[in-house]
Amino acid sequence: MVEKPAYPANGCTLSAAQIETNFSDLHKPLSATQAISAADSCIYCYDAPCINACPTSIDIPTFIHQIKTANITGSAETILAANIMGGTCARACPTEVLCEQACVRNHTGEEPVQIGALQRYAVDHLMAKDAPHPFSRAKDSGKHIAIIGAGPAGLSCAHRAAMLGHDVTIFEAKAKPGGLNEYGLAAYKMADNYAQREVEFLLDIGGITLEYGQALGQQVSLKDLQTRFDAVFIGVGLGDANTLNLPGNTLPGVENAITFIENLRQSEDKSELSIGSNVVVIGGGNTAIDAAIQAKRLGAKHVTLAYRRGEAQMSATDWEVDLARSNGVNIELWASPAALNGSAALESISFDSMIIEGGAYKKKGEIFTLPADQVLVAIGQTLSTSELQGLNIEKGKVVVNSRAETSLKGVFAGGDCIASGEDLTVQAVEDGKQAAHAIDQYLSANSETRA
Amino acid sequence: MSDLSCTIAGIKSINPFWLASAPPTDKQYNVERAFEAGWAGVVWKTLGENPPVVNVSSRYGVHKDRNQSVMGINNIELISDRSLEVNLREIEDVRRKWPDRVIIGSMMAPIDEQAWKELAIKIANSGVHGIELNLGCPHGMCERGMGSAIGQVPELVEQTTRWVREVVDIPVFTKLTPNITNILVPAEAAMKGGAHAVSLINTVNSIVSVDLDAMAPTPIVDNKGTHGGYCGAAVKPIALNMVAEIARAEDIQGMEISAIGGIETWRDAAEFIALGASGLQVCTAAMLYGFRIIDDMTAGLSQFMKEKGYRTLDDFRGKAIANTVDWNQLNMNFDTKAFIDKDSCIECGRCHIACEDTAHQAIVIGDKGDGRRDFTVDNDECVGCNLCALVCPVPECIEMRPVDNGLPPLTWPEHPANI
Ligand SMILES: Cc1cc2nc3c(=O)[nH]c(=O)nc-3n(C[C@H](O)[C@H](O)[C@H](O)COP(=O)(O)OP(=O)(O)OC[C@H]3O[C@@H](n4cnc5c(N)ncnc54)[C@H](O)[C@@H]3O)c2cc1C
Ligand SMILES: Cc1cc2nc3c(=O)[nH]c(=O)nc-3n(C[C@H](O)[C@H](O)[C@H](O)COP(=O)(O)O)c2cc1C
Ligand code: SF4
Repeated sequence: MVEKPAYPANGCTLSAAQIETNFSDLHKPLSATQAISAADSCIYCYDAPCINACPTSIDIPTFIHQIKTANITGSAETILAANIMGGTCARACPTEVLCEQACVRNHTGEEPVQIGALQRYAVDHLMAKDAPHPFSRAKDSGKHIAIIGAGPAGLSCAHRAAMLGHDVTIFEAKAKPGGLNEYGLAAYKMADNYAQREVEFLLDIGGITLEYGQALGQQVSLKDLQTRFDAVFIGVGLGDANTLNLPGNTLPGVENAITFIENLRQSEDKSELSIGSNVVVIGGGNTAIDAAIQAKRLGAKHVTLAYRRGEAQMSATDWEVDLARSNGVNIELWASPAALNGSAALESISFDSMIIEGGAYKKKGEIFTLPADQVLVAIGQTLSTSELQGLNIEKGKVVVNSRAETSLKGVFAGGDCIASGEDLTVQAVEDGKQAAHAIDQYLSANSETRA
Repeated sequence: MSDLSCTIAGIKSINPFWLASAPPTDKQYNVERAFEAGWAGVVWKTLGENPPVVNVSSRYGVHKDRNQSVMGINNIELISDRSLEVNLREIEDVRRKWPDRVIIGSMMAPIDEQAWKELAIKIANSGVHGIELNLGCPHGMCERGMGSAIGQVPELVEQTTRWVREVVDIPVFTKLTPNITNILVPAEAAMKGGAHAVSLINTVNSIVSVDLDAMAPTPIVDNKGTHGGYCGAAVKPIALNMVAEIARAEDIQGMEISAIGGIETWRDAAEFIALGASGLQVCTAAMLYGFRIIDDMTAGLSQFMKEKGYRTLDDFRGKAIANTVDWNQLNMNFDTKAFIDKDSCIECGRCHIACEDTAHQAIVIGDKGDGRRDFTVDNDECVGCNLCALVCPVPECIEMRPVDNGLPPLTWPEHPANI
């Protein structure tokens, strides 16, 4: 159920009110009636496939059963016990390739149970209640853990570690917590300042201190943290974004999609953001999709998403590609950027037409050009390695063993910066949670306490 | 169209569907709307002596399934709260306007011969086709010595039935309460008293829910509640059993039955008829959905009869009675096993966990190799209890298949283990 957004028509730009609607919830939350009928379609499977398909292994049949029995707070607790960011995951997870894809209802050609929407229903209910934090801390262990990065991985690790009785200090480079929940996820997934509300909720467990403007490699060093703390967890995500190595890539109008989304997420009044008339987004992943849709919803007249290969090779899910199309995004496949043209500012972008021949991608020898006053580059993020010296890094990811420990003793890592699974919020939450348990074991094994 | 007409205790009815004595039959307006909709008859809301009773505000409670569907309701209403004269005048009027429809007058009075007889005569004089004795109301009226307070004492059932029989020459229906241990006892009493038919069941004594904020049973009347009468789909199994008990009891062969209790669809109706009911009465289903439900009740019943080749209701009336036996007459050598159709199985695991935790550990989970699961019945362990088939969410995915073990029929009294 996608809300009808407004787009510019007949040369008019969008009003502030239209823009506000365009960035409100993509999916309206379920009403109590809708939740009951959605919950009723759950069969309450035993050892359900959806649980296995959730990276955090939320006990989905149980939480839905609890919605059916009107124990909605209990349902939220079931969710949050496995995934403390169940609220964000309910909004941002590509459920079509995770839990909902595994739903047994798919076998009969029925729609899967709306697991994501039900999860949001339960968690929103709990968070709206202003009740005491649902989890309590174990007896004080006397241990202190340093966490670098307040993204989903770091926060999840912090919450679980606090629950296990440890004190936590998080060092975050930016001025706000949340990582990509705050700066990266599409605005219409995280309406109403949800990222910050969720962090506040999570911190209510107690025992977690956040220090902002504290970047590893600048204000703090790994060596220092290793001596000051009993263990360290690194959850820095992927800090660098790939750029187009083409002539013209410094022209005004060429921008990284991550920066574009970050500015959009952080702006107080989106109607004051400038947006091109002809926007071209380069890339085939979910960042590209999010950038294209948000450009359109911000009022861009024409938005084209250009990808160098075919639709089947895009890493964005079919659902996301359909969403882009239904938002009026034109999708140009087999188009590899060749040049960014313009004198004072960007005017157009040229592409090589690509083909696949004998399994290899080749230039066809034809060039075409699209008018463009804004190009958003979304061709992947990479690990920023300069501040991680001393750690074993392979294929652009920090290497960890099965206990989430890096090549340095007592230094753990998780989230996008390691190669655990897909680079998704839910995976980062799982990594952080598992790392907290690994750290807990590590600490009790090395129970001689620092002075 | 199959022929749905029938005769109940000598009263001709265009179809077997009557509205039971309750709010749907409370006054002329409702009854005429019911007749317009196609109902064949009504049992008018129970009439008592003047002055009429007074009802409380907040009267019904509900028992819903998790999907918010009503399984049953209960009520704490009393009998008609309008004056006897107004009711009788309306009955006369409706009788005149709707000559082909049936009106039965329902009544109750305190244990006093004159009271019963005078009221019965007044009601009969309004032109009703028959009289039904309400000996079942399990709330309010019983505290005044009426309703179930009479229906629970066999001698009083017999006596009130006889009193009414003595003064009227129209058919008498004795309406039984299910709030007893053995339905045959009041049924026999009604027969001894001369009833032409028994109507059953009246409502089941109940508390449908407790309001956990108010800490009181519902429905709540100014912070307090009382037990009420439960009815609707949830009571159908109780009613079916009581109807069957009467239908197959040798001592009261020939007693006609006006079946009531949880009849919502044509299928419910057909089941009661198969167990011997002459006619049917409906209350809750009409209260929940309106009189229009009669359309599918008649159409569905006709369709069923056409498919089965039954021309009239008599063609299948009572057909299930002979197959309703005592446990001791069941064949101990019969063997049935669960069979899971792998093509329609959606791998939900419900059958496995039901059998594993609570039955006979007969459903084995296998691995199809591609991460999908496979469920197989171990015939050596399966006792044929049906549980897996009952919990399976896919229609017809688990079939219970009788197996031929070559053994002759054997009842428990004949069984070697029964020494
Ligand atoms: C545009 C975009 C859209 C996305 N949409 C979705 C989506 O819809 N659904 C989904 O599941 N996933 C989505 N993802 C992926 C998801 O956001 C990430 O997988 C997830 O945020 C990873 O969590 P993390 O904690 O590992 O890293 P991050 O969220 O990146 O958090 C890292 C944190 O560390 C901080 N940090 C970095 N370097 C340092 C340093 N040197 N010192 C101190 N602090 C530092 C950062 O400021 C940040 O707060 C999206 C990603 C992007 C880029
Ligand atoms: C609100 C209400 C009031 C009732 N009042 C009477 C009554 O006055 N007399 C009577 O014999 N039965 C009364 N009944 C019982 C019904 O006639 C019927 O026996 C019972 O509801 C079971 O049938 P059902 O499951 O179709 O509702 C009443 C039932 C309800 C719900
Ligand atoms: S019929 Fe009963 S015993 Fe047999 S497999 Fe099913 S649940 Fe188990």
